[in-house]
Amino acid sequence: MATEVLMPALSPTMEEGTLAKWLVKEGDTVKSGQIIAEIETDKATMEFEAVDEGTVGKILVAEGTAGVKVNTPIAVLVEEGESVSDAPAPAAVAVAASAAEVPATVAAAPSAPSPAPAPAEVRGWPHTDLPPGATKTMTVREALREAMAEEMRADPTVFLMGEEVGEYQGAYKISQGLLDEFGAKRVVDTPITEMGFAGIATGASWGGLKPIVEFMTFNFAMQAIDHIINSAAKTLYMSGGQMGSPMVFRGPNGAAARVGAQHSQDYAAWYAAIPGLRVCMPYTAADAKGLLKSAIRDPNPVVFLENEILYGRSFEVPVDGDFVVPFGKASILRPGTDVTVVSFGIGCSHAMAAAEDLAKEGISAEVINLRTLRPIDYDTVLASVMKTNRCVTVEEGFPVGSIGDHLASTIMQRAFDYLDAPVVTCTGKDVPMPYAANLEKFALITPAEVVTAVKSVCYR
Amino acid sequence: MAKKPDARPNVSKDELLKFYREMLLIRRFEEKAGQLYGMGLIGGFCHLYIGQEAVVVGLEAASKEGDKRVTSYRDHGHMLACGMDAKGVMAELTGRIGGYSKGKGGSMHMFSKEKHFYGGHGIVGAQVPLGAGLAFADKYLGNDNVTFTYFGDGAANQGQVYETYNMAELWDLPVVFVIENNQYAMGTSMKRATKSVTLFGRGEAYGIPGEQVDGMDVLAVKAAGEKAVAHCRAGKGPYILEMMTYRYRGHSMSDPAKYRTREEVEKIKTEKDCIEHVRDLLTQGGLASDEELKAIDKEIKAIVNDAAEFAKDSPEPPNAELWTDIYA
Repeated sequence: MATEVLMPALSPTMEEGTLAKWLVKEGDTVKSGQIIAEIETDKATMEFEAVDEGTVGKILVAEGTAGVKVNTPIAVLVEEGESVSDAPAPAAVAVAASAAEVPATVAAAPSAPSPAPAPAEVRGWPHTDLPPGATKTMTVREALREAMAEEMRADPTVFLMGEEVGEYQGAYKISQGLLDEFGAKRVVDTPITEMGFAGIATGASWGGLKPIVEFMTFNFAMQAIDHIINSAAKTLYMSGGQMGSPMVFRGPNGAAARVGAQHSQDYAAWYAAIPGLRVCMPYTAADAKGLLKSAIRDPNPVVFLENEILYGRSFEVPVDGDFVVPFGKASILRPGTDVTVVSFGIGCSHAMAAAEDLAKEGISAEVINLRTLRPIDYDTVLASVMKTNRCVTVEEGFPVGSIGDHLASTIMQRAFDYLDAPVVTCTGKDVPMPYAANLEKFALITPAEVVTAVKSVCYR
Repeated sequence: MAKKPDARPNVSKDELLKFYREMLLIRRFEEKAGQLYGMGLIGGFCHLYIGQEAVVVGLEAASKEGDKRVTSYRDHGHMLACGMDAKGVMAELTGRIGGYSKGKGGSMHMFSKEKHFYGGHGIVGAQVPLGAGLAFADKYLGNDNVTFTYFGDGAANQGQVYETYNMAELWDLPVVFVIENNQYAMGTSMKRATKSVTLFGRGEAYGIPGEQVDGMDVLAVKAAGEKAVAHCRAGKGPYILEMMTYRYRGHSMSDPAKYRTREEVEKIKTEKDCIEHVRDLLTQGGLASDEELKAIDKEIKAIVNDAAEFAKDSPEPPNAELWTDIYA
């Protein structure tokens, strides 16, 4: 019986990949464990081993093909005496079905928000998604890399430090190519010692440098949180203004996919609680590039919370090399009149998907992307709530002490008379992140939950 | 009975007088701080350096302009030894606007960019990677500065110390790790905290050379400091100095020090005191008269009294200071 070889998922967030190279050709005999192909994922180029034995009957996807969905048949192995025609026809449905099975990450790819009629009062840049001018399409990953490279070219005291940032080219390929351009002095591979290198980077910031510390994930930064808060955030105050910590702590934050409780926490609300820190949480590639450039130039310690699922998503980014996104300026991703939906980071994709569904039911949602959580652009949120009289917040983090809680209390104190309904906060569930696919989906916030929340505040 | 001084043919009178003056300043300053604490003028935690003066004074003598220092919360001595103004330090202790941090840092959190003093840190062991980071910056910038990173025998058991050792040696950072082994981590004696016989020896696992030094002997401290600094400036990476020292007072002002006997403390005070040691070298060597030393005593007393007066008279920070210096 012929066996189909399927495009493998080689990372928790991989949805598709490039079939970089075949190491076997039709007619070759393969043994199980033999490396038969090289596959480029969103993170690295991986060797792909055969599981079954047999003869390569047919290669279905030529080498060099990009965007091959996970689970697409890429070759057929036949047993001795068989021919390819014995294999089931590689159905096109396999591609579609596999895409549908991938969790929420593809469900709401809002790279191009559907154009909505712009109300008269829409404010200009920086409260829009993009400034006027030419743009190019790039992924969040490319945007982050470009921001670092540009700032490192401009300022020789900027350097990158972290686990696997150099020779490995970045655990998530954010720093790919930087070692080649800037050398080992400025792209510093560290041992796996988060507390130690976070402290060293903080000391280096006092000594005249501008470190960018990459945490492989912010979950590991819990080992280093004493230096982020006690050493970096508080020193300017404790020294009476003599010395601050011009540095960036960056890395993926929040849930990826199926990596369990210790690798899936969203720290937005924790860091946003700390005076002395700036906290950024970009959604689009333009946010990522513009905010990271602002963060590197800022004289204060910046916690920069990225998202692994967003890394591979494409958005428009201004081509202007001087493009930055200022801190404390929320963007209005989608103007609306009936309800204000406030989010940040990947929450924006759920908010935008919900807004799309709500529009079909005649509810016009204004979606605000906060971009930075310290400072928070209260003015934009309050102005919107005063217009719509209703508010729903959307985030991935735990419910207790969430950003949504803080916004709800601020709105209550400053716009109480404008509210026609209580503010509803949509968050992740109050549980450690489960591993099981169904439970994980249940634990995370979904567009459907946002839709339900919006309807409840609209009394519909 | 004072220990009989060794012959020190290479030490000048001027240098001995300098050591005497600097150590005495720290001692009198700390005594005054203890007094002001008792009067309620200094609040919170206040960790006195009395007994350990030879460590910072000897090491400062081995430093040059541009070298940096960072330490824990027992930091008053380090600040005075690197030339920070006694008035500014004392006014910080009393929480006044004239203090180094405008009253917002307190005893444990003081800094002077001008004197390359980078704190004053309240989290045990945190200053160790921070100090290595200062050295990282100097190496990156290509100068020959060295960072003195001080920590105690208590901090020496923190994990981040060893993370730092590993990276400091891996990257050849110009940092002198100075372990001030005063033999008590708050109330826990070293032998109740570790089976290691020495603390400097732990550097061996990372390839960092080090040695144990009589931290009550300012001349021995300076000599060891010069050796360590030469190692760092030659680009050979970090060096560890384990200074065997002793604090006469409790861990902080609120510590009755019941974990050790009065006899133990008295024995060190009479046999090993670092200031008496230099005084003996000066007088028994015929280098200085009692009158000369008395004049210095008087001069130091005046500096400390002025600092105390300044610290009492300096106003409290205005309320508006609550909201400044959070962001640059």
